[in-house]
Amino acid sequence: MFRTFLVILRRDITLAMRRRTDVLTTLFFFVIVASLFPLGVGSEKEMLRFLGPGVVWVAALLASMLALERLFASDHADGTLEQMMLTPQPLSVLVLGKICAHWLLTGLPLVLVAPLIGLQYHLDGMPLVVMMLALLIGTPVLSLIGAIGAALTLGLRGGGILLSLLVLPLYIPVLVYGSGAVAVSTIDLADVQPFMALLGAFLVLALAFSPLATAAALRISVE
Amino acid sequence: MMEFLAQGGFAFYVWSCYGMAVLLIAAEFIALRKRRRTILARLGRLNRMRDAEEQA
Amino acid sequence: MKRHWFHFSAPSTFYSLAGRMTPWFLALAVITGLISLYWGFFETPDRLGGSNPQKEYYRIIFVHVGSAWMSMWLYVVVAGWSALGLVFNTRLSYMMAVSVAPTGAIFTFLALFTGAFWGKPSWGTWWDWDPRLTSELVLFFLYVGYLALHSAIDDARRADRAAALLAIVGLVMVPVIFWSINCPDPNQCAALHQRSSMSDIDGNILFGMLGLTFAFWMYSFATSFMRVRSIILEREADTTWVAEQLQKEGVR
Repeated sequence: MFRTFLVILRRDITLAMRRRTDVLTTLFFFVIVASLFPLGVGSEKEMLRFLGPGVVWVAALLASMLALERLFASDHADGTLEQMMLTPQPLSVLVLGKICAHWLLTGLPLVLVAPLIGLQYHLDGMPLVVMMLALLIGTPVLSLIGAIGAALTLGLRGGGILLSLLVLPLYIPVLVYGSGAVAVSTIDLADVQPFMALLGAFLVLALAFSPLATAAALRISVE
Repeated sequence: MMEFLAQGGFAFYVWSCYGMAVLLIAAEFIALRKRRRTILARLGRLNRMRDAEEQA
Repeated sequence: MKRHWFHFSAPSTFYSLAGRMTPWFLALAVITGLISLYWGFFETPDRLGGSNPQKEYYRIIFVHVGSAWMSMWLYVVVAGWSALGLVFNTRLSYMMAVSVAPTGAIFTFLALFTGAFWGKPSWGTWWDWDPRLTSELVLFFLYVGYLALHSAIDDARRADRAAALLAIVGLVMVPVIFWSINCPDPNQCAALHQRSSMSDIDGNILFGMLGLTFAFWMYSFATSFMRVRSIILEREADTTWVAEQLQKEGVR
């Protein structure tokens, strides 16, 4: 079973590496959205430091949501997805492999580039570390929840807009505690722990249930 | 009567709420009736087409 | 007993059953609605509380609480019918889920609207990011997402099942979402909004509130039955029972 997971993971990463622009567009979307805010709300230092955690998280939410559309789309278009559903291996394991690959390609780059955005917002030192850590735990949850939506809207006209409507409300808990952790870390570092514990709990729950729900959604969408 | 309508000077807030409630309920009812009319009209057309086929 | 229930799970039998029950639910809704409104407006004091009294505007409470409670309850109903549909694979369950959702969305909107109109005179602001308001807003988004997904899919079977899965995922997430809104900082999770308990409420006001909630509930039954009848006709237009039914109803 683990072998199946690895095979799918390697396959998806190899395919994505042949089309690197997809990965880069998500990353730059994140950077651009985050850079637009100071232009819109003014560049006062104190205000930016106050807004920073929230802005970074909202930008991460939007970026990972935009990338979701491609999660199953190309495999659906060329029929690979239907073949995958016919294999004896459990579909949820295949799905988990795809989600992991998707996160490595779209979520992890966000985590790595986030300190740069943080510097734009005058965050430094420990808050930056906390932000990276929160994103590291939080963005996989976004990919896992989003996968359900991506599977449900598979192949629909205007699927991207619809997907955002379905998925964004479900992202709220991650947004609240993710940005909360960063905001709190600028005041007192000791208070960060419960936030991380909650994000970790979300990750565990999402890992357990999302592949099953996504597999069920795929079976509904591809019949 | 006027006193009741005035609601102690909060008429705007109180009656806006009840007005919106009535408006939404009325709108839902009209939409439901229209939906039923539409489907009945379509079914009626289907029926007449079937009758015409049988006669032909 | 079992046979009895599945007897009504056939759209053809439920169609006439719903048709027979709709007027009763409507009548109940109108009667209880009028009684509780009379009670709420004429048998209650003009102002409540001591130093910072709620004046006449608190009468928004009847429509506000009723619609807020129904908005939440109807989402549970939608998810419940969806779950029944996915488990037993009965078409009627999906149809009921889709028929209840628009009424739920309307009540959610009404709760938000009346909340704003209550907030302005009592808090001095139309909108506040109070946990309850925010939760209701999120609930509205969930309804909109459910309805949007259902209407975006042309194939009825796929639309039913996809929307059902979404409703269940939504219901599972609702406690987490509401909790995260209620308690954005786990270090000091104090109650941000004032707690309300039934026993603090004046008996007459409680009567009006519960009465109008009941009226809204009956109204939801009536509208969802009306809607499900249209949906059944739309889906089963080609069947012979529909043709016979129409002959009985005298539709030309």
